[in-house]
Amino acid sequence: MRRYLTRAGEDAPTAAAGRAALHFPFPRLLSTMSVHITNMAAITLYINGSERKVDVAPDTPLLWVLRDTLELTGTKFGCGAGLCGACTVHVDGAPVRSCSTPVSQAAAKKITTIEGLSVSGAHPLQTAWIEEQVPQCGYCQTGQIMAAAALLAKTPQPSDEQITQAMSGNLCRCGTYDRIRKAIHRAARTGGSQ
Amino acid sequence: MSPLSRRDFLTAGVAAGAGLVIGFYLPHGSSPAKSTFAPNAYLKIAPDGKITIVVARSEMGQGVRTSLPMILAEELEADWKQITIEQAGASTLYGDQTTGGSASVRTTWDPMRKAGAAAREMLISAAALEWGVPRSGCKAENSAVVHAASNRRLTYGQLVSKASALPIPTDVPLKQAKDYQIVGKPLPRLDTPSKVDGRAEFGIDFRIPGMKYAVLARCPVIGGKVASFDDKESRKIPGVGYVGKISDSAVAVVAESVWCAMEGRRMLNVQWDDGANKDLNSAAIFDSLKKSASNKAVTLYATGDVSKASGRRVESEYHLPLMAHAAMEPGNCTAHFGGSSCELWAPTQVPQDVRDSVAQAIGLDPDQVKVNVTLMGGGFGRRLEHDYGVEAALVSKAANVPVKVLWTREDDMRNSTYRPASYHQLSAVLDAQGWPLAFTHRLVAPSISGQKGLPTPNGVDPDLPDEASLIYSLPNATVEYLMTETPVPLGWMRSVYALQVGFASESFIDELALAAKKDPLEYRLHLLSKDEDIKYFDTVWHTPRMRGVLQLAAEKAGWGKPMPAGHYQGIACFGCFSTYMAEVVEITMENDQPRVQRVVAAMDCGQVVNPNILEQQIKGGVLFALANALRAQITIEKGRVVQGNFDDYAPIRMNEAPVVEAYSVPSTEAPTGAGEPPVPPLAPALCNAIFAATKKRIRALPIIS
Repeated sequence: MRRYLTRAGEDAPTAAAGRAALHFPFPRLLSTMSVHITNMAAITLYINGSERKVDVAPDTPLLWVLRDTLELTGTKFGCGAGLCGACTVHVDGAPVRSCSTPVSQAAAKKITTIEGLSVSGAHPLQTAWIEEQVPQCGYCQTGQIMAAAALLAKTPQPSDEQITQAMSGNLCRCGTYDRIRKAIHRAARTGGSQ
Repeated sequence: MSPLSRRDFLTAGVAAGAGLVIGFYLPHGSSPAKSTFAPNAYLKIAPDGKITIVVARSEMGQGVRTSLPMILAEELEADWKQITIEQAGASTLYGDQTTGGSASVRTTWDPMRKAGAAAREMLISAAALEWGVPRSGCKAENSAVVHAASNRRLTYGQLVSKASALPIPTDVPLKQAKDYQIVGKPLPRLDTPSKVDGRAEFGIDFRIPGMKYAVLARCPVIGGKVASFDDKESRKIPGVGYVGKISDSAVAVVAESVWCAMEGRRMLNVQWDDGANKDLNSAAIFDSLKKSASNKAVTLYATGDVSKASGRRVESEYHLPLMAHAAMEPGNCTAHFGGSSCELWAPTQVPQDVRDSVAQAIGLDPDQVKVNVTLMGGGFGRRLEHDYGVEAALVSKAANVPVKVLWTREDDMRNSTYRPASYHQLSAVLDAQGWPLAFTHRLVAPSISGQKGLPTPNGVDPDLPDEASLIYSLPNATVEYLMTETPVPLGWMRSVYALQVGFASESFIDELALAAKKDPLEYRLHLLSKDEDIKYFDTVWHTPRMRGVLQLAAEKAGWGKPMPAGHYQGIACFGCFSTYMAEVVEITMENDQPRVQRVVAAMDCGQVVNPNILEQQIKGGVLFALANALRAQITIEKGRVVQGNFDDYAPIRMNEAPVVEAYSVPSTEAPTGAGEPPVPPLAPALCNAIFAATKKRIRALPIIS
């Protein structure tokens, strides 16, 4: 009998997390992920300004708690290994790959998803994204916007180089990078760091 | 019921679509309110003036939810601000709804225009009747009919009741391009706002009450089967419900959340029967292609007699690997089996094929299966397969719950339907000046359609007529195709065979220019200097249009002008899906690897419907092609796909994305394809630039392997 693994012969999340860290030094909460069966536990999360209690296994990636338990589906699943950035959310203001972050490590921290980026949906980045007509399929764009928002919060007037540095961990298969860059510059001009 | 081939649907789509304009809107189960004006399947106008345009193609990023309504709204003389769109599910009202072959605009151009024009004429007639004036004095503009002589105006909303009672005209005048108000304008996409705040609902996001989540364990060896499985450990995972074999080659784990299902699958013990392909590997696949090359081929194109030419002979062979689409949204589908019915919510390019295949798989009639089409996080051809839908229906039936089947990235990479590997033999005979007297291109590759059991008339894969062109004035030339077989599952991937054919053909043209000691642009322009119509199956290519895109790209790129130190350019052109495309790639070399600095792309796709969206398609197509050229490669070892995620199959990221400039040739010719034509010229232009930099000719992709 051979055990079925998502990646034959290795623990996918751990191995992939190592690879991703090499290429893209993103703030990460995860160094290793438990492979043991864990029981459900009540965990309190602070998401988009609200307190939410969830009853899930503590090693469940934050992504699936957001999507399946809390029905916040603006955060996307792309790779499950911290490689594509589609699942980017903010934890205490830092961009984090929710697919590789156990929910237990996000407990008691301030989590912001695309749904909570702005009350009206008119964050300067969102407005700029519309003005520059960035999305094609749009699947990666919520993650792109969350990565860009974290950049502008730290660096209100980023250079091209700083944009490249901050955004190269977010894949877009439709190839929207030039409009993403333009939109970030536009948002920076109109106060995107708010 | 077998789905139509891509080629068939182009023909059927036009014919069926054109006929639909005279049909009434007959939705299943519900009819529009009596007061609504619904002259055809594409259009509804409510008394409050709201205009709903039905989009019968799938939105995967290419903009059809904006560009197709623009075509109809133009003829309708509609106020664009009043337009909302409705996504059509699988239906019998729209002809073939396959979204692929860069065909959405070119095959709906006439039906959408005629649908809009018919409604416009009826609304004008209704106003003329209302006022008791001749039609000729009435004019439609901005969702209203005006009678200038009496300064009267009625909105479309006010006219719907009267218009609904009128006969539908069959022969309606269409607008002249010079009068276009909407077509040709860079209008913002209608779907953008929902894609920046998380509201956009992709297939993966769709949920229904009581829905569970499923992942499947599939045999890692191509063609292998489930021998047995033990789910004892899986069932210990909290939240795991049904575990069961749903097909010869897959075991499903159904759970309360995706994560529970994935954990359940991780703990599943499956004994696989690896089957006949357990020793298959990439080297053997290539060897088999090469060995087949001397078999009898079919002729795709021939002019003159290549055997009569004599002179200096140049020969080369080229090779391309398997590739995977790797769309950002992994495969998924939601299904609700209800005994005598099944409803699906599918991110699919083929809703009708999903309907028919699901019906067959679960033993229902096609009309018992309802397929709703969701937004797609990219498609690139992968969602031309019905596998996600069939799996979801089988799991929903087996577990007796509404269920979403989700693929992980590794599932997607390792169970894709791949761009076929190919082998190419090219040869030419040159005269004393280096101009070709004869040119032959033999393409050796398996047939995607053939593998799926679709027709391959006369041994020709049905995609090749759109994708294997040779658009030069050559005295003697042949393009031949040699169909091989492979156990590797094949699929249509953005630009399909045009990528392979374009890479080999346009690299070889550069080799000939070198042999002739001529500039690569000058060499190509010379072979296009005569105004000629080149008939290739049903497409007639015009050499002046190819000349036009080459000259436009070269001019914008500064071809032949002094370059910054260390910068080198390469050029290539190719025609596919009836569109002409040329690209100039500018590179530097860093540590023996190319760094693409700039790509200038010029397209002639006839009338541009929306330049904003066209620019997206060109720039996106170039970056897609760049990943293909540089490193996209699926390899097989021991019958298994080696690559699994975005680390070992890596798309282009922002830090390596070149500046891409997109240009289109102004034209009022009927629109042709846009999504795929930007792909083929990139790899040869890049390799031609690498040759300019290093004097090394790359004859196999990927460049970095």
